[in-house]
Amino acid sequence: MPQSSRRAEFLAGVRAELPLLAGVAPFGMAYGAYAVESGLSAGLAQAMSAIVFAGASQFVGAQLIASGAPGVIIVLTTLLVNLRHLLYSASVAPHIDHLERRWRWLLAYLLTDEAYATSMSRFGQGGGSRHAHWFLFGAGAALWVTWQVTTGAGVLLGTAVPDSWGLDFALPLTFLALLMPLLTNRPAVAAAAVAGLVAVLGFDWPYGIALVSATLLGLAAGLGLERELGLRAGTIEAEAS
Amino acid sequence: MSLWLTVFGMGAVTYGIRLSLLVFVSHTSLPRAARDALRFVLPAVLVAIILPAALYVGDEQSLSVSVGNERLVAVLLAAAVALLSKNVWLTVSTGMAALWLLQWLA
Repeated sequence: MPQSSRRAEFLAGVRAELPLLAGVAPFGMAYGAYAVESGLSAGLAQAMSAIVFAGASQFVGAQLIASGAPGVIIVLTTLLVNLRHLLYSASVAPHIDHLERRWRWLLAYLLTDEAYATSMSRFGQGGGSRHAHWFLFGAGAALWVTWQVTTGAGVLLGTAVPDSWGLDFALPLTFLALLMPLLTNRPAVAAAAVAGLVAVLGFDWPYGIALVSATLLGLAAGLGLERELGLRAGTIEAEAS
Repeated sequence: MSLWLTVFGMGAVTYGIRLSLLVFVSHTSLPRAARDALRFVLPAVLVAIILPAALYVGDEQSLSVSVGNERLVAVLLAAAVALLSKNVWLTVSTGMAALWLLQWLA
């Protein structure tokens, strides 16, 4: 296959990530500033962005380190906050499990909310490109560079972007643009509705429990309705014949 | 030093979770129902991130379901634009413009 196809997928991944980066950049700065305020050394604050590379859990981690929580508790909390990535790993797998092992190790490291969302939208469109994984690589790499650089900026300068600009809002808005094309069938709508309801009701639950519960109950609702509709369609076909 | 160990521990569990079904266990070993359900991960998780961001607002992060909630109005407008245009940049810029305009008017 020509090199250009890989390059095209990689660049498409970077481009798809750009609107998310407007929201990620102030988030990275906020993390860097918060980590240093929490008493982490500049080096450790920066290293956490490379070693953990998962925004929400890094905030929680810095907060727990500041409060003097034991390391075991901090690690277990991180496990809980990032448990949703298990579902990303499972649902991305069918699209990239033909790749060599080193590719899968690389793409797993880059499997954040933002890279997952854009890439699954790409994989969902099909198109049969053998190089579609370069899209995930591009999206993940763009996010990684942004996260490291903005963490460093936050560590050194504090939060330079005022909250009142509301740039964090670019993140849910981009996710919204990715969401709407998915709501084309009733099971997907049911999954979204249940997940949204649980996420709103559970907003005050600690450590990302709401996000995991919301997603799992959403899956159950989607699957349940799909089975129900499929079963009935099957019954009607059986009766008609 | 022990803080570094903690951060490496955080990284190890996070990377372990992300590697789980890509390297450690084959997704084909999952039960059929689980594999079918995975198709709903993306819509479910996207809504679970968007909705609280639109409904819990202000410094207090309090629930606000009203037309006075600028983020909610902006999300609804952006959703309409997303449906009609299927364009990410147009969706994001509509939402941001609506937010800024409504905040400026308020």
